[in-house]
Amino acid sequence: MRIKNWFDSGEPYIWLNAGAVSLSVIMVAGLIMLIMARGLGHFWPADIAAFDYTDSDGAVISLAGEFVDDESVSRARLAVKDNRIPADMEIINRRLVKIGNRDYFGLDYRWVLDVAMNNLSYPATIMAVERREWGNFYGYLKAIKENGEVVNVAPGWEVFQRYISASAAISEEIHHIEKDLIGAVNYKMERLRLTEKGLALKNEPAESPAYRDIESQRVALQGEYDGFTDRLAGLYEKLDRASFIALLADGQEAEIRFAKVVRAYRPNAMGVTDKIIFYFEKLWEFVSDDPREANTEGGIFPAIFGTILMVMIMAVLVTPFGVVAAIYLREYARQGPLTRLIRIAVNNLAGVPSVVYGVFGLGFFVYFLGGTIDELFFVESLPAPTFGTPGIMWASLTLAILTVPVVIVSTEEGLARVPRAVREGSLALGATKAETLWRTVLPMTASAMMTGLILAVARAAGEVAPLMLVGVVKLAPSMPLDGNFPFLHLDRKFMHLGFHIYDVGFQSPNVEAARPLVYATAFLLVLIIICLNLTAIKIRNTLREKYRAAEQN
Amino acid sequence: MQQNRTSGAEERVSDEIQEAGDKQAVPGKSRGGAHALDMGSLISHTSKPTLENETPCVHINGLHLYYGEKQALKDITMTIPEKKVTAFIGPSGCGKSTLLRCFNRMNDLIDIVRTEGEIKINGEDIFHKSVNVAELRRRVGMVFQKPNPFPKSIYENVAYGLRIQGVNDRQTLDAVVEQSLKSAALWDEVKDRLDDNALGLSGGQGQRLVIARAIAIEPRILLLDEPCSALDPISTLKVEELIYELKNNYTIVIVTHNMQQAARVSDYTAYMYLGELIEFSDTNTLFTNPREKMTEAYITGRYG
Repeated sequence: MRIKNWFDSGEPYIWLNAGAVSLSVIMVAGLIMLIMARGLGHFWPADIAAFDYTDSDGAVISLAGEFVDDESVSRARLAVKDNRIPADMEIINRRLVKIGNRDYFGLDYRWVLDVAMNNLSYPATIMAVERREWGNFYGYLKAIKENGEVVNVAPGWEVFQRYISASAAISEEIHHIEKDLIGAVNYKMERLRLTEKGLALKNEPAESPAYRDIESQRVALQGEYDGFTDRLAGLYEKLDRASFIALLADGQEAEIRFAKVVRAYRPNAMGVTDKIIFYFEKLWEFVSDDPREANTEGGIFPAIFGTILMVMIMAVLVTPFGVVAAIYLREYARQGPLTRLIRIAVNNLAGVPSVVYGVFGLGFFVYFLGGTIDELFFVESLPAPTFGTPGIMWASLTLAILTVPVVIVSTEEGLARVPRAVREGSLALGATKAETLWRTVLPMTASAMMTGLILAVARAAGEVAPLMLVGVVKLAPSMPLDGNFPFLHLDRKFMHLGFHIYDVGFQSPNVEAARPLVYATAFLLVLIIICLNLTAIKIRNTLREKYRAAEQN
Repeated sequence: MQQNRTSGAEERVSDEIQEAGDKQAVPGKSRGGAHALDMGSLISHTSKPTLENETPCVHINGLHLYYGEKQALKDITMTIPEKKVTAFIGPSGCGKSTLLRCFNRMNDLIDIVRTEGEIKINGEDIFHKSVNVAELRRRVGMVFQKPNPFPKSIYENVAYGLRIQGVNDRQTLDAVVEQSLKSAALWDEVKDRLDDNALGLSGGQGQRLVIARAIAIEPRILLLDEPCSALDPISTLKVEELIYELKNNYTIVIVTHNMQQAARVSDYTAYMYLGELIEFSDTNTLFTNPREKMTEAYITGRYG
């Protein structure tokens, strides 16, 4: 009886509802916490341990590296009979060490047994060198060489850092010349080539002044190009001049050219403040730099940029289209079986698996539309496709049709919410239906449209499957937005965070190195979606505030 | 104008004062006199402030209106005088609002509505296909039961009609907004917050704002559909005073459930019942000496 009373009081339902809400909140918070902890820890400069290690064959080697992970395993899991382990030990602790120096050891991670470790120390002078190739280097600085001759034995750390920043400055200049200046020249050359081919296709006579014009431009560009290559040669020579010698933990000597160094640091000698500064530098590098080493090192800026640009183009395409369709369906179309059918079809579109849209996009947009555009407007570059190949425009368009039902549905609901009295008020003042819609109804529907857009953006930013068919690549040679006219290149392929996660996580040659990046990238993707949504929600709330009272009528 | 069998010249003649009588004489225009009340007999019954001495403004001739199969208005024929207040009274569902909404063709918004007969405003048949409905509604303003200001500033609400007509000159708009708000007796209350959202106004202020909005585009006729039914007594009083002021410049047609209100503000009153016009005469006569038994029953409260 007491139980019955308790049920009748409604208390259990309140608990049930509250429980469901808390569970959802905990799951979301837990997910974000997990990817944050796993991903963001990666950028912290961990201390470098140096120790002697007895290998399974009994030989003692010196190793140095960062402890990345540790676990306890039972003896049974270590299949080989191992005499390093005391006979009575059933649970053995082992650690994963990032030993770096892939060019010397072949792999840069290895598991070590705690029991086989001796003389563990954290020497202050050991340094980590991030390189453009072969991953991290761990060792001790010994000497600096210039032009093959030792110029500084036992150099100070500041001197060493000066060398690194000098070569970084040169590298940056080289990058600027290669990417921006020569890139622009190449782009113009390609344009000229296409114009020339276009003239040839139009059967322009060979003595036409247009050809001479092209030729003179080409000569000028070639001159520019030669200038740049001369400058580059000088820079490369300067860059290649300096190198340094370092000792590995086991005493081997290694020579590394400064040109290959991204940065060097001595985590064991760094204070907490230094480490925090270092951490944020690394984080900044992660969000602002290009990827290196098959995406497992460096930053993911092109992917962030590609994701945001694609979502924006999608939003620009989907909003007007969805809004116009909703207005027609709700305001102008005769409400009958046909409109009902269309509405059902639109709602069902939202349930079609996204990869199907990818296939559709590839078949219709890329091959049919893109192919037609190429034939009509880009004849001169055929058979190389311009738009007839996956690219950011087709990806955005595909996502736009994927998300258009959401915009239609919420706009329609917004239109239905506008009180009849307001429409009549406007019509009674001599406004036509279109004027009423434009001046009164649509502003009042703006917040509903924004809601639709928020949902569309949230869905589009997280979608990967269709994009793999219509424009996303592992590594895009150039960004869809750059300094070459017409600046926005809708035909280019692009990188995307979602695909980046997939690629780094599952296609990477170096799984251990990539794993933290997968988490960090996932965290960033979630963060970007949250930011996009918050912006849209902010706009919607402002709009809603403005028209709230009217909707309550 | 040329849609009728009557010529343009005859149209102009029919605009003259004795229109009501004339119209009966024009052959082919009379609908056979099947209705309960015809204008001629009505005029002959009334005394002092009589319909026959008024300038006619709206002619309704044999108007039938159907909602799908259901007939809502049955053979309405009447003439609404210019620059006077005409009230429609009658029980709920008698068709008075429907009739009012015919004058600016608001019923067009409802797909299933079908009309027969004609309504002429200053001689022009408003149901003819050549009529520009938006333009008609500029001439025939309307105020609804509930205040329905737009979710815009007070200023933009009043300027709305003019902006629709393409007037964007700030000085013209300023002048019209001030003039309209003054005419609607709202200026003093809102002059310091013209840029505030109109949705922040009280019900009574909102209704006066809507009236200001309607008169800003200078219509000839102002239709008021139970304008005070959602207002408190003080606001009602203000709106009634306003109606009294406005009749100097506008032909006003008001639908009301409140008979005291009809008696207070109107010059002429029509009593409708189940889609039929039962009696139409000057307010004084209708309330003191109704011709029809039904009217008397209604105004004395014996009607159910």
